[in-house]
Amino acid sequence: MSTAVERFDDKARRTFDRIGHTEVYEGELLRHRVYTRVLHWVVALFFFLALFSGFGIYLPWLFRWFTPIFGGGPLARMMHPWFGLAFVIFFALQVLNWIVPMTWTAADTRWMRNLKSIVSGKEKMDSPDTGFFNGGQKLQFWEIVGGSVVYLITGIILWMGARTFGRWAVAVSYILHDLSALIMLGGIFVHIYLSTIGEPGTFQAMIRGAVSEAWAWTFHPAWYKEVTGRDPVEACEDARRRGQFAGK
Amino acid sequence: MSDRKTLQAKRISGHSGASPGFDMQRDAEVCKLIDTTICIGCKACEVACVEWNDMPFSPTMFDNTYQTMPETRWNFWNLIKFNEHQREDGTIQWLMRKDQCMHCADPGCLSACPADGAIVQYTNGIVDFQQENCIGCEFCVSGCPYDIPKFNPATKKVYKCTLCSDRVGQGLEPACIKACPTGCLKFGTKDDMKFIAEERARQLRENFGFAKAGVYDPQSIGGTHVVYVLHDVENPELYGGLPKNPVIPWSYTVWKWLFKPVLGTLALFGGLGVLLHYVTVGPRRPQPEPPLQKEAPDVHRG
Repeated sequence: MSTAVERFDDKARRTFDRIGHTEVYEGELLRHRVYTRVLHWVVALFFFLALFSGFGIYLPWLFRWFTPIFGGGPLARMMHPWFGLAFVIFFALQVLNWIVPMTWTAADTRWMRNLKSIVSGKEKMDSPDTGFFNGGQKLQFWEIVGGSVVYLITGIILWMGARTFGRWAVAVSYILHDLSALIMLGGIFVHIYLSTIGEPGTFQAMIRGAVSEAWAWTFHPAWYKEVTGRDPVEACEDARRRGQFAGK
Repeated sequence: MSDRKTLQAKRISGHSGASPGFDMQRDAEVCKLIDTTICIGCKACEVACVEWNDMPFSPTMFDNTYQTMPETRWNFWNLIKFNEHQREDGTIQWLMRKDQCMHCADPGCLSACPADGAIVQYTNGIVDFQQENCIGCEFCVSGCPYDIPKFNPATKKVYKCTLCSDRVGQGLEPACIKACPTGCLKFGTKDDMKFIAEERARQLRENFGFAKAGVYDPQSIGGTHVVYVLHDVENPELYGGLPKNPVIPWSYTVWKWLFKPVLGTLALFGGLGVLLHYVTVGPRRPQPEPPLQKEAPDVHRG
């Protein structure tokens, strides 16, 4: 990454750290700084605004009850592109913020091959080479990057309309825009599930910014080792011997 | 009309012969016939349309043609398109075509529209926009092969020719028909108009030397409720860009009515999937977990 981006990110992170706070208690690790958390929730806000205002346009005979939230069909239609544009802009900032930890590595390929045993719950701890983000998180991240590019291009075509880009451009964009939305809609269920009840202890990473050490050595062992310098498996066994259980 | 039809006696007890009037009603589908070979470009139809529909004055720019404006507007639904066509032998043919909504049997605007009740097609064939339900997405513009629906940025709604559905509903012909001084415009049932049009085309071929004269009623969109008699039916593009084979993008047919609901349901299954995962496999907890009970109590044993 160019140094200009690094300087921009550094300045943004420092500015937000001055405004907000991240309390890291004993036995906890800093996971997400203020800047990252704010970006995440702004992106989430515009994602859902765009999603709900888009539902009424996607399948009105099923979802037309969403449009009154935005003041009726015409207003929902008028606001949808602006919500989408805000989503893309703020997510682009998150991309700059996360591009380094989100870079795909050989460990992520191994993680994806191992996906079945993780989903089936057979593997209690992630493999020791799982870093700050695992393969699944990176896959979703890059899906949203690709999806946002599709959103932006097709969205502008749909926004400006057939009189600007021709009727076939609109007819094709309409499908690609829908497909991108459907993939992201399916993905958001998995994202919300895993970050709340699916893997307890995760949600606080995006709220308070700190996670327990047990959470870190369980789900991101390589990151735990990098931050604390201790071996994650030994740390876990140590806690087991001392009867420090992470909870039910 | 529907009452007249449903209350028509079909069978009558103790009556000899067929029921009087049964199966005698005319085809309910209406049609506008435009004979471009008789049009003199007087624009009376343009004025009549603006008058009847109570449109405000529409400012125009003179561009060295006889055409009022380059294309129809949200408040100008009826436009004579002028084209000076030079034939192969060097002679000039001045082509005039009244451009307006074609009221397709398979309307692309209606297929493309996502708003409930914003576009309706009556049984008489008229395709009408219901602006109170329009959300102003302009998908109809991309669905239309004739570039007819026009967006009004002030009201955020789309407008077009109604074939004077308000007049037709009262048994009157559309305003443009009433104004036409040459008999170039006719209005009636689709069958009658097709019959007159074919007769006129035959006359043009046999008596007037227009060997390629014919009727424009494109079957690629199931026919239209506005049909043209053209001197040269093989090149309708000459008449201000009338498409020879108008098509509706398949994305508005196959995608909309098949894939959209199916794939939308699949995406929502993502929610069901994670719920099932939670109740079957269960969450993954930070380790170490508390030790499990030595023997799981069997609730069924009591």
